Order: sequence, then C-alpha cells, then structure tokens
Amino acid sequence: MSPLTSLLIRGATLPDGTATDLLVDHGVIAERGSGLSQTGSTVIDAAGLQALPGLVDLHTHLREPGFEQSETVLSGSRAAAAGGFTAVHAMANTSPVADTAGVVEQVASLGEQHGYTTVRPVGAVTVGLAGERLSEIGAMAQSRAAVRVFSDDGRCVSDALLMRRALEYVKTFGGVIAQHSQEPRLTEGAQMNEGALSSELGLAGWPAVAEEAIIARDVLLAQHVGARLHVCHLSTAGSVEVIRWAKARGIRVTAEVAPHHLLLDEQLVAGYDARFKVNPPLRRSEDVLALRAALAEGVIDIVATDHAPHPIETKECAWQEASFGMVGLETALSVVQAAVVDSGQMSWADVARVLSGKPAEIGRLSGYDAPFTVGAPANVTLVDPGARRVFGVELLRGKSVNTPYLGRELPGRVVATVHRGVPTVLDGELRTPEEVANHVE
Amino acid sequence: MRHLLSVRDLDRGAAVGILDLAEDMADVATRAVPRLPTLRGRTVANLFFEDSTRTRLSFEAAAKRLSADVITFSAKGSSVSKGESLKDTAQTIAAMGIDAVVLRHPASGAARVLADGQWIDAAVINAGDGMHEHPTQGLLDAFTMRKAVHGTASRGTGLDGLRVTIVGDILHSRVARSNIWLLKTLGASVHLVGPETLLPAGVGAWPVTSGTDLDDALAGKPDVVMMLRVQGERMHAAYFPNEREYSRQWGLDDARLARLAPDTMVMHPGPMNRGLEISSAAADSARSLVLDQVANGVSIRMAVLYLVLSGSEGRGAV
Amino acid sequence: MTARTVLQQADITRALTRIAHEILESNASHDGASSRIVLLGIPTRGVLLARRLGAILEQLAPGAAEVGALDVTMYRDDLARQPTRTPSPSSVPSDGIDGKTVVLVDDVLYSGRTVRAALDALSDLGRPRAVRLAALIDRGHRELPIRADFVGKNLPTSQTQRIYVKLLESDGQDLVAVFDEEDQG
Repeated sequence: MSPLTSLLIRGATLPDGTATDLLVDHGVIAERGSGLSQTGSTVIDAAGLQALPGLVDLHTHLREPGFEQSETVLSGSRAAAAGGFTAVHAMANTSPVADTAGVVEQVASLGEQHGYTTVRPVGAVTVGLAGERLSEIGAMAQSRAAVRVFSDDGRCVSDALLMRRALEYVKTFGGVIAQHSQEPRLTEGAQMNEGALSSELGLAGWPAVAEEAIIARDVLLAQHVGARLHVCHLSTAGSVEVIRWAKARGIRVTAEVAPHHLLLDEQLVAGYDARFKVNPPLRRSEDVLALRAALAEGVIDIVATDHAPHPIETKECAWQEASFGMVGLETALSVVQAAVVDSGQMSWADVARVLSGKPAEIGRLSGYDAPFTVGAPANVTLVDPGARRVFGVELLRGKSVNTPYLGRELPGRVVATVHRGVPTVLDGELRTPEEVANHVE
Repeated sequence: MRHLLSVRDLDRGAAVGILDLAEDMADVATRAVPRLPTLRGRTVANLFFEDSTRTRLSFEAAAKRLSADVITFSAKGSSVSKGESLKDTAQTIAAMGIDAVVLRHPASGAARVLADGQWIDAAVINAGDGMHEHPTQGLLDAFTMRKAVHGTASRGTGLDGLRVTIVGDILHSRVARSNIWLLKTLGASVHLVGPETLLPAGVGAWPVTSGTDLDDALAGKPDVVMMLRVQGERMHAAYFPNEREYSRQWGLDDARLARLAPDTMVMHPGPMNRGLEISSAAADSARSLVLDQVANGVSIRMAVLYLVLSGSEGRGAV
Repeated sequence: MTARTVLQQADITRALTRIAHEILESNASHDGASSRIVLLGIPTRGVLLARRLGAILEQLAPGAAEVGALDVTMYRDDLARQPTRTPSPSSVPSDGIDGKTVVLVDDVLYSGRTVRAALDALSDLGRPRAVRLAALIDRGHRELPIRADFVGKNLPTSQTQRIYVKLLESDGQDLVAVFDEEDQG
C-alpha cells in the first residue's frame, strides 16, 4: 500500500452512536457520510465496529535508551498500535534520563521513523530524576520534541520547594508537571497496599496517606502559584476526594487512573505472584469502585496505561525482590471496557474522552480536538466490542510479558488502528515495520 | 502433605496430626538409638538465605534422626550470598536430586514462590520467610503448650480455651503470625500486646484481641505469655524511643514475673535479649518453657519432614 | 460377587486359642527355664489380636505374658511409593524387651516386608531373647526369607485376590473373607 492510497472505512459507529462511512486520504479525514466510494482505496468493513479517535496514552515507559532488553521505541510503539493507540507519552526514566534536549529529540525521532504511533517524550523535572536541581525544561520544551509534559515518574518530586519552582517554571512554556504522588519516607521498602492483608502477608505497607498527602500538598501549591498540575495514576478513594475538593475550588488539576486500578484489587497479592506488583499498589476493592465512579463522573480526567515492561527475571523471584510494574498498552481498552463500559457506567463517547481527547489536551498534542471531522488528522481506532478472549502472552506485542491478565477473559478487540492516515493494525494484526515506516514523513 | 508453607494451610485435623506425630518422634529421642531409618536414601537441602543457626541445626538434627542425608547451603560462604536468585539456586539444587528443600529467606512469600514456580519438584518447607510465617516454630510452640497442659494425654487434643498473650514486635514477627493462625485453629484465644507502632496495620481484622498495656494483659491471668525478640534496629526506625522505655513498658521484668500465676507458661522463640524484653529471672524461672521449645523443635521438624517426604514418589504425574 | 468366607467367629477364637497354647509350649526352653513373653501387635488389627491372645494366655498362665503394640511405619521400605501413612503409637513394657521372648502378632502374613520392618524396629528398642511371629492368616507369596512360628490358617491365594480380616473390636464382627480383585471396583 503506498502512502497515497486512500482508506475507506464503511459503516463504523462513531462515539456519539451514529454510523457513517469515513474516507481517509492524504493522512486526513477526507470525507464523511453514507455510501462513500473511492476507486482504488482499501476498504474496511466496519459494520458493528465502534470507531474511536486514536487513543492517546499520557503515561508509557518505552525504556529506550538504556533498557532495551525490556522494551524499545519500536517494540513499545507496536504494542501501542496493537492496543489502539496513535500517540504515547514516553516517560523520562530511561538511561540516560530524558533530562536534556538531546535525549528527548532522539526518542521522538525514533518514534517518527517507526511510524506506528506518535511518540511524545516526557521530560524529567529534575536532573537525573535525583530531585535536587531542575532539568533543562526550557531546552526540552523548545527542542524539536516540543516537550510539554514533565515528570520524574517512578519518583516523587517530594521536595516542596522544588515542586513549587517546577510548577512555576513550566508555566513559561505552557507545560505541566505530572506528579508521581508518593511520599518517600512513608513508603520506604513498601511492597503493597497497607492494611490487614499486607500485615497478614508480612509485606511492608504502602499507605494510602502517602499518596493523598502529596496530592493535597501539590494542589495547594498549584493553586498558590496558579499553575497546572497533573496527578499520575491515582489509586485511592481518598485521592479522589482530594481531587474533587481541588476542582471545586477551581484549582487547575487533572488526574489520571491506570487501567489495572480500575479492575484489580489487592487480594491478588495473596499468592505472592509478582506480576501483580505495581506502584502505586493494587488497592482495596472499595478503592477500585471509587475510582470507577470518579472516572465516570469526570473527577478523574483520563485513563493512562503506566505501561511498564520488565524482563522476566525481575518478576520470577520473591515478591520483595521483584520490580514494580505491568505492561498495559495492549490491554488498556479491554480493561476499561470490562471495568466501566460493560457495567453501563460509561459510554463509548466517555471512553473517547478519557482515552483520547482529554489526554491529548493535557499533553498539548494537536490534532485530537475534533476527531472525525473532515480535514482532521486521521487517527482512528476500530474496536469490536462484542469480542471476548482469554488473554495470553501471544496477544502481547511488546518485548515483555509482565501482564497481570494472563488467563483472564477480557472483552473487546482492536480490529484496526489508523495513525495519521496509515493503518498500523488491519484485521486485528499489526502491519510490518516496512509497511508502516515508509509512510510517515 | 506436599509442602509446608503456611500454618493457614493446616486445618485442625492436620495440625493435631502433626503434633501427634511429633509425640512419636519425641519418644524416639529417649531411646538408646535415637534414630529411625525412615528417610534413608532421601536428601534434604537446608537452603538458608538468612543466618539462623538455631533453626538450621534443628532441621539438621531432625533430618539426621530420620536417616536422611542433609546438604546445607547457607548465606555465608556460598553462592547464595552473591546475589544469586532463588530460581537459580533452586535449579542448582534440583539438579543434585534433592527431595526436600528447607528454605529460610528474608523475603515474605519466598517459600510460596519456590513451591509455585515450576523450577523444582522437591517438597518445600518454609523455615521462615521475611515477616510472613515460620510454620514449624508455630507448631513447636503449640506442641510445647499442649504438652504442658495435657502431659502424656496430649494425643488427639487441641488447645481449646487456652488464653495466650503475645508481647512485643508483632509487626515484624513471622513467629507471631504463625502462632496466631495456628493457635486459633487449635481453639486457643490470642491477645496481642505491644506499642501501637509495632502492632500491624489492620490488626482489628485479625481473629485476635489487642492492646498496648502489658500490665492490663497480665492482670487478665493468661495461661501463656509469649515474649518476642525486639531488634535494636527498630529503635532507629522510630518504632520506640529507646530500650529503657521499651523494657519498662513491655518487658517481662522481675516485678511482672512475680505477679504471674505459678502455672503461667513463659515462652520465647529465641534468641533472647535478656534484660530487654525478658529478664534473666523470667527466662530461667520454673515457668519458662524456653528449653522445651528448643527440644520440641526437633520432634516437630521430624514430623514435618516425614509428612512431606512420605508418599512423594509419582508426584510428577499429578 | 465372589466373596468367600474362610473363617467365622468360632474359627477365629479356636485358632487363637491353639496359637496361645503353642506359644506357651514353645516358650519352655530345653533347659526348662522359660522367659517372659511380650506380645507385640502390629497396628491396626495385629494389636487387637495380640490383646485377645494376651487374654487367653492370662487364663492359661496368669502373669506369663505382657501385651503391647509395635508401629513399624517409620521402618517401612515403601514410604515414598505409598500414600502417607499415619503412624500409630507404639507401646512396649516399661522395663523394655531385653531378655524377653517377643511374639510379633499380625493379622495377615504376605510379602514379609512388614515383619522385616518390625524386626528392624525391635532391634532399635532392645535385645529380646528370641523373636517369634504369629499370624492369623498366612496367604503365601513371601518376598523375604521369613516364616511364621504360629499360624491360624494357611490360605493359598492368588496375588489378585484380597483378604479382609474383620474383628469385633474394630469392625463389629469377626470374619475373614477372600475377595477377587475385580469385585473391588
């Protein structure tokens, strides 16, 4: 297929429930309506499929440079495309850390070359994620990577003064600080949610207050300096209440939840299977329900995967020796469907908002504000919501297999992903790097 | 019994069965030849990722009394100390044809991970995993209490109605956890006492009562007072101000000892910090069962080794 | 169903009485001195039979015999192959077995491996003057050079058959029967 070949999507159901044909040509939505035709175009029969704007992940670990045994920009991009994502934000905790213009430009250009998904680097807030000095935020913002999201994710910017300065400083460049909210002293050696179960299992507890206290401090700092704050992967019912309070006071805060926190709870830790070890940890079932409700209500703005690939040996070991993290790109949409769509709490329009429109807005990513309108960049994901499958490693497309969903039945299946007019997934299968790479300038 | 990972896997019948079997094993120790040929030709590996001379020697004595061969890998002076993973060490010993692994590991759940991983066929006996459990310690403590209560009529009995107070650093204690679950299974009631900082989060959801006042607890005339070892490093992590204050509030000192009923059992899993959580007079008093605990440890471990190693052939097909 | 009753209650009693007499007779040694007799039953039914023999001996020669139990589980050579067996308590006279005549009592003598285990167990307990073996049924098929000194009934069987010994104390009736294996679905 040449880059100029057009794509005709027939009979897709849009998030608002209407069915339409979409003609994709030269990377944009060229026509929209019923009974469209175009000679020479590739046709996708989308009857019964749900069309979503291309999904945008605000929280992805691509591991390159430095940890290529876990994931690379290419392998992570493929996992993203397979999961229906057309843009990911690559976290800064690589080696070297993404704290200079050089590193972020390299990561962005690798993404551009491979073409499976738009790769937007996240810049580190502090040099080396060390929490001591601000990194070159301005240089990264003004680089070709045009970084807008800054985060020390994996670590919390726990120093209150440094956090204040960071919030103030990024305003200059229209950026946002995405905070990994974890009070470090309260979570020294922490292994799982603190409570009766952690006590029983003899695992050091990660108390909810260690997250909630940082969020409370940060929203007050954001208010004080009039800056934008984004809260990564919030995981407790108490955090929801703090965000609700902050929003009611007009503080410019956005919040994200990871898919696994919408579906899995701490009881899964009981077998000491390290695939369930993640940071922040799986919480109580009450927290899971509160997070779902807050997402449906809009208190939580977005879902972001926190896709965290790890080599097998860091999970095949005793729990407290294992790494934190789960891969999530391939499963995010199915997990969201299982957690909040199939239960009727959220519509597909809501899904489009929390997995595409809103994360793009927070990341200042253009081209996602008016999806499916003629002239808009053609970032489209087609899902078969009626499909059900037992999840297995063969469905993963990244380099690592640390998924908590093995053997679990999940609904929904990504049938096609179109990134800037180029199909990256067709008939549920990833297209080859050669088919994808050459199409993107 | 395939493995012994947690006392929670034992129902009352199984727990009483182990205690009864240990009675038989204890009889062996009194004979002219304190050795049984039962496990001749079987090999037990003591895999100690953490130093514990007492537990290791106790398992070694138990295995030898049953005529098993014993291989010991301990933290010092072996590959275990060089950061080798549990999986690699397990596969190494599996290649040597080991029938049972006695595992001591600083990580909670390590024994479970070893048993659930498909790396080895050997039976796994948890000899202490992090802050989680120390099942043979719980069993030997229950055995010691039962013997003290029922004497030679112990067989078949539980610990119904026995009131046990466990004092000290419950939070970090695998001994406390194994005792709590097993004592409940056997019908005893358990009361925990310690500073609020050393009582586990969510202890209210456990099938125990808890409090912070040792004198109150002792005034309730418990049948058993079990003192836990306090580790010096806890002080530096701000769990309590200093040893003097700890000892004054939660130590079994001579004054508290004098107030105990004459038949109150005083227990301690060892090693003791004399003068901190327990005074020398308390440790050496007639009420103290500390040395019985040590002796009974061998009998319990013989019983457990027998149970995991008998009927073990042909398991591959299961 | 091809069950065949081979001993009824009266037959069992008769057999035990005869064995008791034989034990007494054999215990009188050539020099005229006799030693104390210890009847050690092998659990489960051997213990019950030892008690019955002890009661009969008590009638014939009061004080001549003591009764105990000898668990051989820990001495078996097939522990790994069989499902886990729970040992039964052993009980031996408080003054031991040294210098006494021990009569091992079992319900069925078959391969001889149980008796082999019992001999090993005995040697760890002390040094009897002599060890004898009494069995209610000897069904043949020995795998070791072991024979019984006192037998209630010799019962030639095929290896596919099973022998059931039921005793009043444990099973509510006295009965020995032979079953063909295929009936035991």
